Amino acid sequence: MFDFGIITKWIHDWLLSFMPMGLATVIECMLVGIFIILLYLVVAVIMIYMERKVCAAFQCRLGPNRVGPWGTIQLVCDVIKMLTKEIISIRSSDKFLYNLAPFIVILASVMAFSCLPFGRGIEVLDFNVGIFFLMASSSIGVVGVLLAGWGSNNKYSLIGAMRSGAQMISYELSASISLLTIILLTDTMQFSEIVMRQEDTWFIFKGHIPAFIAFVIYLIAGNAEVNRGPFDLPEAESELTAGFHTEYSGMHFGLFYVAEFVNLFIIAGVAATIFLGGWMPLHIAGWENFNAVMDFIPSIVWFFGKTLFVVWLLMWMKWTFPRLRIDQILTLEWKYLIPISMLNLLIMTIVVVFKLHF
Amino acid sequence: MEDIIYIEKEKFHDVALEYRKKGYDFLRSLTGIDWGEDGLGAIYHLENTSTKENIVLKTLTLRREDPHLLSVADIWKGAEFNEREIYDYFGIQFIGHPDMRRLFLREDWVGFPLRKDYDMSLNPLRMSNEETSNDTQFIEVLPDGSVIKHRDLLFDNDEYVINIGPQHPATHGVLRFRVSLEGEIIKKLDVHCGYIHRGIEKMCESLTYPQTLALTDRLDYLGAHQNRHALCMCIEKAMGIEVSERVQYIRTIMDELQRIDSHLLFYSCACMDLGALTAFFYGFRDREKILDIFESTTGGRLIQNYNTIGGVQADIAPDFVSKVKDFIKYLRPTLKEYHDVFTGNVIMQGRTKGVGVLSREDAISFGTTGGTGRASGWACDVRKRHPYAAYDKIQFDEILYTEGDCFARYMVRMKEIEQSLNIIEQLIDNIPEGDIQVKLKPIIKVPEGTYYSAVEGSRGEFGVFLESRGDKHPYRLKFRSTGLPLVSAMNTMCRNAKIADLIAIGATVDYVVPDIDR
Repeated sequence: MFDFGIITKWIHDWLLSFMPMGLATVIECMLVGIFIILLYLVVAVIMIYMERKVCAAFQCRLGPNRVGPWGTIQLVCDVIKMLTKEIISIRSSDKFLYNLAPFIVILASVMAFSCLPFGRGIEVLDFNVGIFFLMASSSIGVVGVLLAGWGSNNKYSLIGAMRSGAQMISYELSASISLLTIILLTDTMQFSEIVMRQEDTWFIFKGHIPAFIAFVIYLIAGNAEVNRGPFDLPEAESELTAGFHTEYSGMHFGLFYVAEFVNLFIIAGVAATIFLGGWMPLHIAGWENFNAVMDFIPSIVWFFGKTLFVVWLLMWMKWTFPRLRIDQILTLEWKYLIPISMLNLLIMTIVVVFKLHF
Repeated sequence: MEDIIYIEKEKFHDVALEYRKKGYDFLRSLTGIDWGEDGLGAIYHLENTSTKENIVLKTLTLRREDPHLLSVADIWKGAEFNEREIYDYFGIQFIGHPDMRRLFLREDWVGFPLRKDYDMSLNPLRMSNEETSNDTQFIEVLPDGSVIKHRDLLFDNDEYVINIGPQHPATHGVLRFRVSLEGEIIKKLDVHCGYIHRGIEKMCESLTYPQTLALTDRLDYLGAHQNRHALCMCIEKAMGIEVSERVQYIRTIMDELQRIDSHLLFYSCACMDLGALTAFFYGFRDREKILDIFESTTGGRLIQNYNTIGGVQADIAPDFVSKVKDFIKYLRPTLKEYHDVFTGNVIMQGRTKGVGVLSREDAISFGTTGGTGRASGWACDVRKRHPYAAYDKIQFDEILYTEGDCFARYMVRMKEIEQSLNIIEQLIDNIPEGDIQVKLKPIIKVPEGTYYSAVEGSRGEFGVFLESRGDKHPYRLKFRSTGLPLVSAMNTMCRNAKIADLIAIGATVDYVVPDIDR
């Protein structure tokens, strides 16, 4: 299987051949930064296009199909439209917080995005507390949402922000506990290590029952954390018009919009990495030929394939279910998901201690 | 022509209370009238829900400056909004009414438009925004006969009041609620109507009878056919016209198609309000088929202008029967799909069961007819109470639930679609031959008298009250709105519910705003 580490190492050596170490590092950091931001945009566009098409399929519609082949250029047009739209400033808003909020949301999203291992050797932020860092940075997003709700000085926005505060922070708990369940199995928090340890079997198969429960809980909690239906209460368009981003327009709104979709991708990407092996192909012990065939598929295809599959699962959920109510959403978390995931953690401990996993 | 019992205004409250104790618990309609020299007054249509007896009461005051009548809002809760409407239109102040404000018109409106001596030039088009008033008044009469007005506040200054509407995705039009919140919990709800008020009743007074028909379709646009049916029936009753059997059948079938159309739209919108965006499209996809059927016969899709006085505009299209049959065959299995995708969903049931409960007593007292009343266990179907058109010839069940919550209201409407399909199935093959239009004089004049007739609209009893003085214009034409009792009950249903429940209640109560505002 092709290792992208070869390319990065080659660039590194080439830069070192005519400049000092410090300068080379700076240039590499800038290159990686540009790469991440470009990838972020590409992913956002793919996700929005996918959302439109998937949703259209569920709703007996066609979706965008006029601009470009299969409507693919539509997204580009939308981005241009969004960029050229006026950003309306609200007279009685808290200007500083109001303008700051979308950047905090996008910052949290980009930081979490950089943790994902996209393929063999394509890891941007990869250190021994990777999962911890990802959880920490993605939870900064809630600050942005709260600031947006508060800074807009709009009653709907404030209700939306209060809801998101209650919801996103609660669901962080069960999402973290379900990730912890798998960390028990791997005894590492580094993403690259986690992927490497799934070389024989993916964790969802290796950890069987507790891993599967953790996977389901993670999907529910992750979905709630990124405010997508049926947990889209902070924006709940039929109740609060647009919730916390009611007052945002133009590219400020665009940042929220893009962050929402990429957060979905991140949640799916983490689920794919932790439970479904990340970029690791499907290997079955003993089937050498099969494994060799699987290795021919590039790692990046594996990663995006799995992630988009999980995204599709989440979209399926969103476009089928009605929205929950705020008390129901908190009941679900505190009375069901947290006890179940705690118990699940205990089961996983027993499984690991007695080596009951595959 | 109905028998009207006249009661002096001083005794009115006591007499009304007596009738209430005799079992007249449902205030069908409350109409204010300006009789000119003979005074300003109101006509009360009452019904005893257990014996189905009807009586009509009348009271009036001769004073034109600062007229007063006694309020019956403490006897029938539904009177509260109707009395506000009369205050708005005629300036009659109701003593003992808890909240004597204008209902539809602006606070700064000059004069009372439905009075016969109203001067239109007093109210030029105002370009300024209306200030939301937080004041209300309560009028009390002292033992010595003098009247004092108490000023009252709607909301305290430290309450967190948010506006839901007039431009809000879940109010299905331009209805506005002012909601006082404590966290997510609704403490008080105040309904503001009138954003789509067109003064249809006032307009009708200067139109000829055939012209008034055109306006009924614009009331409840999801019951366009039924509304017009009611007005045609009322005028036909007044003039003593017998329409042919064929017309009766066609009208019945059209009414039921319209009901299915409305209930499919109800399903779609309820799904969307609860956040199930996909189910929304299913309902709209199938509603389109009904609209196609309408279009081929009537030429209209939403507004059909089909009924006329003494008949219908045109005969049914040649493929009408076959198209309707195909549709029935298509819709039955599709309804099962609806239930699979939405009704059985655990989130949907959690959101609607036990939410927004309206008791049977309250439902009758508010006069919330239609699906809302039947979900509370009140058999209020006009088709059964006072059969009209071809409804006495067919078999169908009146769907009754007893829970009175959102889920019951939803299920009543879903089951009613099936009943409507049954009704159409019984009629569609036996449409008798006959004229589609009775020959009438070119100028229609209705004999003197007062007339009331009602149909079961898509969301309740739609009544037409007509007072004629023998002219070619109605002297007073009042439409009993199906939606006004529904919104008047919102405050009761929403107390201590959450914001999300308000949306669920609004969706399942299924009001249509142009019908409220008229």
